[in-house]
Amino acid sequence: MLKGCFVFKPSPKKRRVSPKTADYFREGNNDSEDSGLRFATCQSLWKQIKSETEQIQEELNKQLFDNLVSFLRRSHSEFQEKTTEWTCQMKSSEIPTAALVLGVNVTDHDLTFKSLSEVLQNNITPYVALLQAKDCPGIKNLMQKLMGQLMNCYIDVDTSDEEDWVQVSQNRIRCSMASLISWYENITKKTDSETPSKKRTSSRHLQSPPVVVIFKDMESFTTKVLQDFLVISSQHIRELPLILIFGIATSPMIIHSLLPHSVSSLLCIELFQSLSCKEHLSTIIDKLLLTTQFAFKLSEKVLQVLINIFLYHDFSVQNFIKGFQLCIVEHFCSQPLSVLCCRLVEAKKRVNSLSHSQCENVRRLPSFRRYVESQVSEKQIALLTADNFLKEVIQKLLEDLHVYHENYVPVLRCLHVFTSSLPKYPLGKQIRELHCACLENRVWETEEYESSLQLARMLNKSDLVTMLQKCVEIFASSSGKEFDKVVEKLKEFLTQFQKLEVAGACQERGESVSSQKELQKKTDLYHLQKTLLELKESRRSKKLTKFEMLRFEVVDFIDNLVRNYLVPADHKTLHEIMYFNTASALREHLNAAPRIALHTALNNPYCYLKNQALKSDGGTISNKAPDICIVYKLHLECGRLINLVDWLEAFSTVVMAVEGPNAAASDQVDDIIHARFIRAVSELELLGFIKPSKQKTDHVARLTWGGC
Amino acid sequence: MPNLEHPAYPAATLLRLESLVPCRESQVSMLLSIFGERQQFTFPSIFIYGHTSSGKTYVMQTLLNTLQLPHVFVNCVEYFTSRLLLEEILIQLQNCSFETKHASHVLCDTFNDFVRMFKQAVTSQDLQDQTLYIVLDRAEQLREMEANILPAFLRLQELTDRNVTVVLLSEIVWELFRPSTGCFEPFTLYFPDYSIGHLQKILSHNHPPEYSADFYAAYINILLGVFYMVCRDLKELQHLAALNFSKYCEPVVRGEANERDTRKLWKNIEPHLKKAMQTVYLREISSSQWERLQRDDGEPGQLKGLSAHAHVELPYYSKFLLIAAYLASYNPVRTDKRFFLKHHGKIKKTNFMKKHEKTSNHLLGPKPFPLDRLLAILYSIVDNRVAPTANIFSQITSLVTLQLLSLVGHNDQLDGPRYKCTVSLDFIRAIARPQQESIDTF
Repeated sequence: MLKGCFVFKPSPKKRRVSPKTADYFREGNNDSEDSGLRFATCQSLWKQIKSETEQIQEELNKQLFDNLVSFLRRSHSEFQEKTTEWTCQMKSSEIPTAALVLGVNVTDHDLTFKSLSEVLQNNITPYVALLQAKDCPGIKNLMQKLMGQLMNCYIDVDTSDEEDWVQVSQNRIRCSMASLISWYENITKKTDSETPSKKRTSSRHLQSPPVVVIFKDMESFTTKVLQDFLVISSQHIRELPLILIFGIATSPMIIHSLLPHSVSSLLCIELFQSLSCKEHLSTIIDKLLLTTQFAFKLSEKVLQVLINIFLYHDFSVQNFIKGFQLCIVEHFCSQPLSVLCCRLVEAKKRVNSLSHSQCENVRRLPSFRRYVESQVSEKQIALLTADNFLKEVIQKLLEDLHVYHENYVPVLRCLHVFTSSLPKYPLGKQIRELHCACLENRVWETEEYESSLQLARMLNKSDLVTMLQKCVEIFASSSGKEFDKVVEKLKEFLTQFQKLEVAGACQERGESVSSQKELQKKTDLYHLQKTLLELKESRRSKKLTKFEMLRFEVVDFIDNLVRNYLVPADHKTLHEIMYFNTASALREHLNAAPRIALHTALNNPYCYLKNQALKSDGGTISNKAPDICIVYKLHLECGRLINLVDWLEAFSTVVMAVEGPNAAASDQVDDIIHARFIRAVSELELLGFIKPSKQKTDHVARLTWGGC
Repeated sequence: MPNLEHPAYPAATLLRLESLVPCRESQVSMLLSIFGERQQFTFPSIFIYGHTSSGKTYVMQTLLNTLQLPHVFVNCVEYFTSRLLLEEILIQLQNCSFETKHASHVLCDTFNDFVRMFKQAVTSQDLQDQTLYIVLDRAEQLREMEANILPAFLRLQELTDRNVTVVLLSEIVWELFRPSTGCFEPFTLYFPDYSIGHLQKILSHNHPPEYSADFYAAYINILLGVFYMVCRDLKELQHLAALNFSKYCEPVVRGEANERDTRKLWKNIEPHLKKAMQTVYLREISSSQWERLQRDDGEPGQLKGLSAHAHVELPYYSKFLLIAAYLASYNPVRTDKRFFLKHHGKIKKTNFMKKHEKTSNHLLGPKPFPLDRLLAILYSIVDNRVAPTANIFSQITSLVTLQLLSLVGHNDQLDGPRYKCTVSLDFIRAIARPQQESIDTF
């Protein structure tokens, strides 16, 4: 396994094959508590989240798509205007082209293109073709693909009456531009003479709709194919109104590097840029995690794993969402108490119907034990013995947790307003970093928090006022009930600042005037110096009394809020119900390490085979291990070129080791062992560890340096 | 100026032809004398070559159309396989004289079939007593089709025993066509580039109806002064002329200058044209965007060109992978130990650090490197530990699909793949800047 390849994770299709998957939930734990209910909850939650993410995506893409649609409309109308006017005759007719820069997260593009072609089909034209580089190694294949898609979409729009005609043309496989043009002529002629009932559907589209061809991955197309296609279509642009969309992952420079000037001068390229994937992620996190809408939460470690995969590896929002989905499934599958992970009202109801074993599960939760220990002894006993009392307490605790979440989000946002404007961003620029910091431990105990408070105490007035206003907005729009007072207090601060402004202005003027006068009076050097010093002193002390005092108050107030509301979630009782925190499982699933896995399998077969005989391995090579493991271990000790004879000898020594002196006596290597050796070696070759070498005939070359 | 003269055609037609092909009179008269009269046999094949937009296609088309000679005109790029090409010729031939279009499509797989069907078509179309011309535009494509196509076309007259002439139009010289097995040599004719005077004459030929010819000629003069150095493509120049003409007319429309006030007009248009040269001509911004700018009187500075968006955002490890690939491509293997190992022993300075070696590495271009070397460098330049997970490997593959790396040699998956880094130093610098990785030191 030298080289990875794109692994498109098959989406866990848990929700589709429902009866079977519900069984999985049951299998996971023997107590089989509420597995059906958990499964149902999981499903409904995922459905909600899915629709939410889709909506977010749609909103984010709306701007881009609107721009594109208007571009298409405009260029098409320009095309139709082309009449007898002089300039139009003189100008060479270029193919309108949209260069769509989508960023390097190629895995997300499919979805974007899918919705784009939907939008186009709804608004502009029924004739949209999506081309992919891997389908088009030559111009012939490209034309075939293009015609196939266009004519099929025609069938979709219309019914069977013309199908035979299409069939004929496809059998002919005469994939030239001429047949495409005649097809287009036929179709437009027909739509013109259609009955009014049909016109209703086509009225959304433009008159003689353009044919939109989307090149999904511009980078991968070969120059020749693109060049030929562009030259051909530019010759027929008047008969076939073509509009191209180039999907570009890197930068629009690629157009110039792929196409020579003689070809790129046939295009009329406009640039469109999609939203950066980082912003996309921020929105997703904002809408999915920093909300009380969904009961399911991610713990700090898990979130960090997902974000790291995003930032370090793929920039793919789709993968992030898939990871999130995996978290949900894992959580509901592995945590029996996740049955309570739903809306508060529903959860309270479900608490009442908890079975005894589930109550025991609750008692076993570490956070709950901590809670029990902090209670008085009678209550402890009641909690540990009486199920009914326990249920009441659980209800109360769940309510607490809910209130905590309700308060947490606005305070977090408020803190983010402050920290995101500080120089160097000690607590991070993005709200997700702040969120992670708060989840990790008590944020107010960290150094970064301390330094950001220090910096906040040095903010100037206008910044401070705007931040306070933002905070007021955040709190006012939040659902938390405890924030009326906070809002009042913040408003009070604001009015004080205003007063200060008015008063300050007067005072400043008076002060400066008086000091000026004083300066004018005393002219000798010593006095001048003294007065200047005094002035400075007084100014500093005065400021501290007015504006700075207020500033301190504000910062202290915020600090207070943070200490009250931003307690890390794992300090809360029963947090295990809502929070998924087995980051290791997630890492195992999402961050596969094929090389390491292969090495452990071959180096330490016990790890996978669980055969006690293999267990003892220290550094020695056991002869009980599978042949391939022995061969692998032996080859680790060799250099780049391995002598097959030596290798075989070493192999036979290891294999014969136990069989005693009688076997060792025979010098000749047994035929069976020889065969086993050859089989093991060819297995290694198949796995890509070695290859036959041409330098020496009886040697093989190692392909890996790693392993040992 | 040689006036076109030919006994076979009426003088009026020849005069019209002459007015349609300015600056190409000598070539046309040459062709006419080769063609001879309608029924006369002529060269079996004629090869016409010349630079882009030197009027080959246009002249041929106008000539054949004006004199109403029977002809078939096919673009070899458009009909990219021999089968498509042959069928297209036959279809055009069928529609040649009759206005009624035949719906029946022909099936023609081999040249043998073609010759047979061609004979039939010629007979049925009643074309035996005059020369039929088959013009193959962009004939260089023929070389990529089956080996027999080009030689067969060159001897079509002999093969079909009909009065037919094949005209090949190409941008490259005949020597590059000649197959190794030898073939019938066509008559070659060269179309020279238009000179600046020719361009001036041709461009001024089509002046807008609202303005006088002189006014437009003056404009073309200015335009050529700016663009002639970079662009001699007639089509492109015509396009640029049409794009910028409205700006040139602006002072006249506003009444600030009259049509004779050349100096004022020049001052108005010259900076505008220069800007156009940097933007529209390079297709940095599109023609329609340029027109909109002109209409709104905006500054082109507001619109960023395509190359302004050169920056590419990459995931963290992708950046490092790319940097590592760059280092592997441009550094010799023997320096790896020195650069990337902490305890690399003594360095003999004289051995590497020679200045010329360093520069030559960049001039020589990227060298291929094996995957393992890439990973080794990656591990040494990333501060924290990197696990060789599937994610890292898939990133290498995705960098290849993004054309930032390229796979060298045969793509046998198991046989130690080798890569090349295809990005420039500037690109790497832009990527490495936030990483604080100073590329220059390596």
